[in-house]
Amino acid sequence: MIPELGHFALILALVIATLQFALPLAGAQLVRVRWMALARPAAGAQCLFSALAFGCLIASFIGNDFSVVYVANNSNTELPLPYRIAAVWGAHEGSLLLWSLILSVWMVAVARFSHAMPLAFVARVLAVMGIINVGFLSFMILTSNPFARQFPAAAEGRDLNPLLQDPGLVMHPPMLYMGYVGFSVAFSFAIAALIGGRLDAPWARWSRPWTLMAWIFLTVGIALGSWWAYYELGWGGWWFWDPVENASFMPWLLGTALIHSLAVTDKRDAFKRWTCLLAICAFSLSLLGTFLVRSGVLTSVHAFATDPERGVYILGILVLTVGGSLLLYAVRAPRIVDTGRFNPFSREGLLLINNCVLLVAAAAVLLGTLYPLALDALGLGKISVGPPYFNTVFVPLMLLLGLALGLGPLTRWKSHGGRELANRLRPVAFACATAAMSAAIVLGQGKMIFTFLGLFVATWVLLSTALAVRERWAHQHTLKGMMRALSPGFSGMALAHLGFALTLVGVTVTSLYGAERDVKLAIGETAELGGYRFRMERLRSVAGPNYDATEARIVALREEVVVAELYPQKRIYRVQTSPMTEAAIDAGFTRDLYVALGEPVGKEAWSVRLQVKPCVRWIWLGAMVMALGGILAASDRRYRFGLRPAPVRLDGATDPAA
Amino acid sequence: MTPRRQRIIAITLILAGVSAAAALGLTALSSNILFFYTPTQLLSGEVPPAAAIRLGGLVTKGSVKRTPDSLKISFDLTDQQHTVRVRYEGLLPDLFREGQGIVAQGRLAADRVFNANEVLAKHDENYMPPELAAHLPKVKDTAP
Repeated sequence: MIPELGHFALILALVIATLQFALPLAGAQLVRVRWMALARPAAGAQCLFSALAFGCLIASFIGNDFSVVYVANNSNTELPLPYRIAAVWGAHEGSLLLWSLILSVWMVAVARFSHAMPLAFVARVLAVMGIINVGFLSFMILTSNPFARQFPAAAEGRDLNPLLQDPGLVMHPPMLYMGYVGFSVAFSFAIAALIGGRLDAPWARWSRPWTLMAWIFLTVGIALGSWWAYYELGWGGWWFWDPVENASFMPWLLGTALIHSLAVTDKRDAFKRWTCLLAICAFSLSLLGTFLVRSGVLTSVHAFATDPERGVYILGILVLTVGGSLLLYAVRAPRIVDTGRFNPFSREGLLLINNCVLLVAAAAVLLGTLYPLALDALGLGKISVGPPYFNTVFVPLMLLLGLALGLGPLTRWKSHGGRELANRLRPVAFACATAAMSAAIVLGQGKMIFTFLGLFVATWVLLSTALAVRERWAHQHTLKGMMRALSPGFSGMALAHLGFALTLVGVTVTSLYGAERDVKLAIGETAELGGYRFRMERLRSVAGPNYDATEARIVALREEVVVAELYPQKRIYRVQTSPMTEAAIDAGFTRDLYVALGEPVGKEAWSVRLQVKPCVRWIWLGAMVMALGGILAASDRRYRFGLRPAPVRLDGATDPAA
Repeated sequence: MTPRRQRIIAITLILAGVSAAAALGLTALSSNILFFYTPTQLLSGEVPPAAAIRLGGLVTKGSVKRTPDSLKISFDLTDQQHTVRVRYEGLLPDLFREGQGIVAQGRLAADRVFNANEVLAKHDENYMPPELAAHLPKVKDTAP
């Protein structure tokens, strides 16, 4: 009964989404206030029914209803309850349902916090979001129904993929989807503005907090994914340039560009067309990511579906969305005029460089991700593009980005004297060079150039941001005054830039000075690595709720003092009988010790991978600081226009909600 | 400078930047791609000698040999027509086992043994690398 209820709710949500698209959009074109006013309640109802469907699927998982195919394939009576709930989005159908639910949650948020905007605009935004959800709901109902039944019911479920049985999984997909789907808001704003023919500063100001929120979620989602891969995939890598990772990284790169270009459009009334195009591209890449991950074109831990029908359907949605929005852009964009003029050397100019670098980086990632697919589709051979390509292209771009990033906050809008800036920055550059050079000499090991470059740019970002803060404090002598001199927008930016510097330090130091060694360790044997001695103390069997494991006790010694006790496991999950490496990590601010069991080698001995990873936590710490900066910036009072209803007239229509 | 002149300079600079980026990107791409081959293709001499490639196949049952007291391992990789011996040292992925489809990355040595520096066997027991599945029509369809 419950699954049928869920299925029914899904169909109702589809019907409402169709209405939410058609009526408000027609209303906005024909100036029918009642039709436009339907958009908000429709969004609420759609969210309600999506949530109901989602709740029904959760209930089926909790109740172990193995007559539902999806539950039978992804759950098991032995699976602990939190993972049974997380299993809802552990595979294709359920994660689509989550996608769609999150989209409707964003819709409700837009409906709720948009009372200062003209009704026609809100109606168009919600209509665009409605049609996106029509695409996804119909995709689900037609090709991947999560509530499909099987008779007779399975006696026992096939269990959740053991890789996914982890707290990281519980949070990673919802966060990532909040980000992915969140860009649909910026996209819908851009499309609504294009339909209405008005791309102006208010449009940019309305878009900014939404884009920021989506970007924050995406940042956290990607960081969680990287962290999860680090400790759960068992081999201590934190970024693999896997196509699936790239799929989430490309929207992030464009989203970052979008945040910056929206600032220019908001403050200076420039870059309008460019911003609009970026909003379209960022969401298109989110869709492309969904297509790549969900269509089975790629094979990875994320690719659940190998049904070609599904791939074609998502491709159809993708082509319609991208094609339609670009067509609309092509028709409308020539009419848009920028009024803000600026010199090449100014804050606008630097933000333009930022945008170009991020765009080129995203294009490079896209090339590396799609090239093998294109080659394969054309029958020209099967290839894979590995991390060396991405690193070669990406590292110089990020260093360039870091240099521009340091300058940006120190320059003025419109135009800035180069000589004056050089005078202010000379001490900073000198300090950075000294610090990076001494660090490179101390760390050494023949990697001085890269150490120097990475650390120079990181300290450059750090110190020039500090300089920008100090200049704002120049005439402040009280703490209160200092607090007031920094707007949330500015401090958010400073914090996010600081986060970039932290991540850069983490990446540089970990990649260059991480040590790794595969050894055979019998009980009592030791192995040396990176100034630590690892000693295997004992092995024992452990039984988990749905797995059996062999656990080793390995202690790490430094100068004969025990600094860490590590308990890596090798698990065999009972249902899928698949082995899983559960690495043991001694986390630290300056270094992680990472131990993973390979397999038994002879009697009482195992192959073991030992790793010492300096500063690896800084990578995720930096991402968290970036996200915090985003939150701070989004909390700026300038964006609190949504809650306060203000009467607005547009197209001769009065807003009844106002 | 007239706005027109400024625009021409800007466009020239952008074009130069884009072409430089494209050139660098394509160079990096072409020097970092790995082609996928099967044992049959490898032994028939389709592969440039000593080129780094990805070799895919099934691990022949009973062929896995470990050298005692080290992490050295060797096994046969087959596409059910031809078989190549693979040498590897290090930790194997969780899902490496006999009869499983895997992908080894490395080079063919002079003694006709494939020296792998990386062995990939992702995902559950139903998983088959797509490249490999295309070459093995006889392998049963594992979709549920």
